Amino acid sequence: MTVAEGAQQVTFRIWRGEDRGSGGFIDHTIPIDPGMVVLDALFRIQATQAPDLAVRWNCKAGKCGSCSAEINGHPHLMCMTRLSSLPTDEPVTVAPMATFPLVRDLVTDVSFNYEKAKTIPAFKAAPPGPDGKRRMYQEEVERVQEFHKCIECFLCQNVCHVIRDHDENKQAFSGPRFFVRLAALEMHPLDTNDRIELIRAKHGLGFCNITKCCTEVCPEDIHITDNAIIPLKERAVTEFYDPLAWVKRRILGGPEPQIGEKEPVAPSDR
Amino acid sequence: MGDLAYDDREYDVVVIGAGGAGIRAAIEAKTQGARTALVCKSLFGKAHTVMAEGGIAAALRNVWKEDGWDVHFRDTMRGGKLLNNWRMAQIHAQEAPDRVLELEEWGALFDRTPDGLILQRDFGGHRYARLAHVGDRTGLEMIRTLQNRATELGIDVLMECTMQRILMDSGRVAGVFGYWRQSGRFILLRAKAIVLATGGAGRAWRVTSNSWEYSGDGMRMALEAGAALQDMEFVQFHPTGMVWPLSVRGLLVTEGVRGDGGTLRNSKGERFMFRYVPDFFRAETAENEAEADRWYEDKKNNRRTPDLLPRDEVARAINAEVKAGRGSPHGGVFLDIASRRSPDVIRRRLPSMYHQFKELADIDITKEPMEVGPTCHYIMGGIRVDADTTASTVAGLFAAGEVAAGMHGANRLGGNSLSDLVVFGRRAGLHAAQYAASVRAPGAVDTGDLDATAKAMLAPFDRGGGEDPYAILSELQGTMQDLVGLIRTQSELEEATRRIADYRGRLDRVSVRGGTRYNPAWNTALDLVSLLTVSEICARAAAVRTESRGGHTRDDFPKTDAEWGKKNVVVRKRDGALEIATEPLPEIPADLRAIVGEQPHPKEPAGDIESTKPAGMGAAR
Repeated sequence: MTVAEGAQQVTFRIWRGEDRGSGGFIDHTIPIDPGMVVLDALFRIQATQAPDLAVRWNCKAGKCGSCSAEINGHPHLMCMTRLSSLPTDEPVTVAPMATFPLVRDLVTDVSFNYEKAKTIPAFKAAPPGPDGKRRMYQEEVERVQEFHKCIECFLCQNVCHVIRDHDENKQAFSGPRFFVRLAALEMHPLDTNDRIELIRAKHGLGFCNITKCCTEVCPEDIHITDNAIIPLKERAVTEFYDPLAWVKRRILGGPEPQIGEKEPVAPSDR
Repeated sequence: MGDLAYDDREYDVVVIGAGGAGIRAAIEAKTQGARTALVCKSLFGKAHTVMAEGGIAAALRNVWKEDGWDVHFRDTMRGGKLLNNWRMAQIHAQEAPDRVLELEEWGALFDRTPDGLILQRDFGGHRYARLAHVGDRTGLEMIRTLQNRATELGIDVLMECTMQRILMDSGRVAGVFGYWRQSGRFILLRAKAIVLATGGAGRAWRVTSNSWEYSGDGMRMALEAGAALQDMEFVQFHPTGMVWPLSVRGLLVTEGVRGDGGTLRNSKGERFMFRYVPDFFRAETAENEAEADRWYEDKKNNRRTPDLLPRDEVARAINAEVKAGRGSPHGGVFLDIASRRSPDVIRRRLPSMYHQFKELADIDITKEPMEVGPTCHYIMGGIRVDADTTASTVAGLFAAGEVAAGMHGANRLGGNSLSDLVVFGRRAGLHAAQYAASVRAPGAVDTGDLDATAKAMLAPFDRGGGEDPYAILSELQGTMQDLVGLIRTQSELEEATRRIADYRGRLDRVSVRGGTRYNPAWNTALDLVSLLTVSEICARAAAVRTESRGGHTRDDFPKTDAEWGKKNVVVRKRDGALEIATEPLPEIPADLRAIVGEQPHPKEPAGDIESTKPAGMGAAR
């Protein structure tokens, strides 16, 4: 991009450093053009002032979820945040996500999420119908398709104060991203695996107190709390503590749920 | 440099690249029992496949019973201007439905037909509605499904890890050497077999739908390992990229907009595509707007709208309209779906397009037309492979997806990429695992080779006050855009080759400050090695092919030449120098030739395509 004559000058206050203790904010002032997003500004700073500025990005179209950061203190995708949506008469601050360990500058180590993904029991498809085909209807797939929109930007994980403020909870709490994934599996019309006890015991669903911070920052507008977390909580309660379900099991002779017994094997335990 | 520190691991199969082809290959290799590593240049699940929008082409016959592998094969060959490797096109058309159903078995949720089957949409060059899809985010569904499957299988995934050099031992692969982006540390992966699935090289162009990752690493590494590349002159410019604002120029606008009824118009409001129907496609293309509009609902009695001609045809037409002064205010043309479909339908079928224009351009596509123009999207050329096994010409080296050549000929049809990834990704994983099982141990790694590679990689830190990698990249992008773009000519291609040689000299003097830890300047300097190699090959192959065909249009040779239809331009590296030759295209068997129909030759009258249709076509499977 070439810079237009008389372009507006904007200051970006960017977090630089390799650890949170010794790093700090550094100001870069550059000319901006109409239509630019925050990521464009960082590219210009790389090309003209700070070639080694670490930024993680890929598609630059809001589809891959790589460029999450905190812009003026708010979690956003840098590729979808237009400068025209920010006050540019004062410095625009850009900082790395706070919940994950720092790699360098704006890049964090998000491997926590990939480790949690390994603990999710697999999708197990029901066999096809008699004609050899699997049938599902648009109405029933649509509510799960909402969860499949997740681009794994991990902004929901970043703002969830169960782990943002308490690093020690990371062990026992998988976070909103994985409640969305678990809800997608549980509500998938063809899935036959049962994960409810695992969700309660291993993924820490009970830690969530429904403050909806995750829903507010989701760039895909997934209703994380209302459509994923609350239904999962309801299922967990119904399956284990519902007296009616207990009576039904007694009368119909269904199996008694026992913690641990019907827990599906997570891949990482194999 | 005997004190070189690096991680050292050993596998049976190392898959480089974690888009659709790479993940599918790793799943297959792992399932075959091979110790498998999957190397991602980015984070897992962020590869280019995630950006694919419109759908995955497969003759599932859920919407049109008349479809079948033979019709899909025919469309693919004709879309590729018959330069495709016929066997790859055949395998692809035959196996794509099973691969799509397999994704469903692994949890993918495609949009549905009223009776509960996978819905299929219309796309350019496809005779029937054939693309399984999820709104306009099919690639995300596909990569996440494969990613979850790979995670469930416990495959070793190496994230933010860039491979730089394939190591050889007496003619067969021994391993691959590269670095971790996050730490800057070097890594050696010893391997019996390597699958390259690194995608294309679209970052070499200025207006592109490709991200920073797409630097042609796989093509360059394969070439240096002794493999042959072919068809590198064929680059697909997707007709519809965003043109405004400048910061999003090149961002993809899915062909699904036209598949779902959108139409291209010039500044006079004309549906100009009717003026650009080539003879080769005339018999199967609507003659007027009324027929084109009826075709969406009734394919038996009407022919396809010219808005959905193959991408090369549409991109050239847009270019011509803009040149003739009938473009839109920002140098594109208009893509209008607002006046043709209800806001509800548009938001439901094209949610991410709606979002993208709303957020990035302040355009409501349910109310106003989009402005679009060609954007570099895909390279048809790549590593020459065996059609059945995906084996390259180097023992132990396999390739699948965009990095491989042959499947798409001179031009790829939309929707055929996602299916290519899973069809040939699976085959690559299978054959790499089988090959690895036949080999007792990985080849021996020459540590001198490692030292030299590492030293060359670190050289930019040892030079002060040298060239800037970002400046070289920016100039390269300008050169490829201006001189090796949609329309080419001999003198410009030669000028491009000269400039690239100059950039190469400057790259040898590039300097980078800071450390190796997540340093994008250093990463860019290393990517430039591949970008310059691929750019040079593209420009030189383009200079050799003195005709116009598919994704290669010569201003000085505007006609398609039947003789060139029998040849591939093949590139090898011997003793450090590029060798560019033409080699005969594998000859298509008579029965398949009958399915495909006539040669694309402008001097021949357009044949009656229906008459070339064998009896029972479409009834197979």
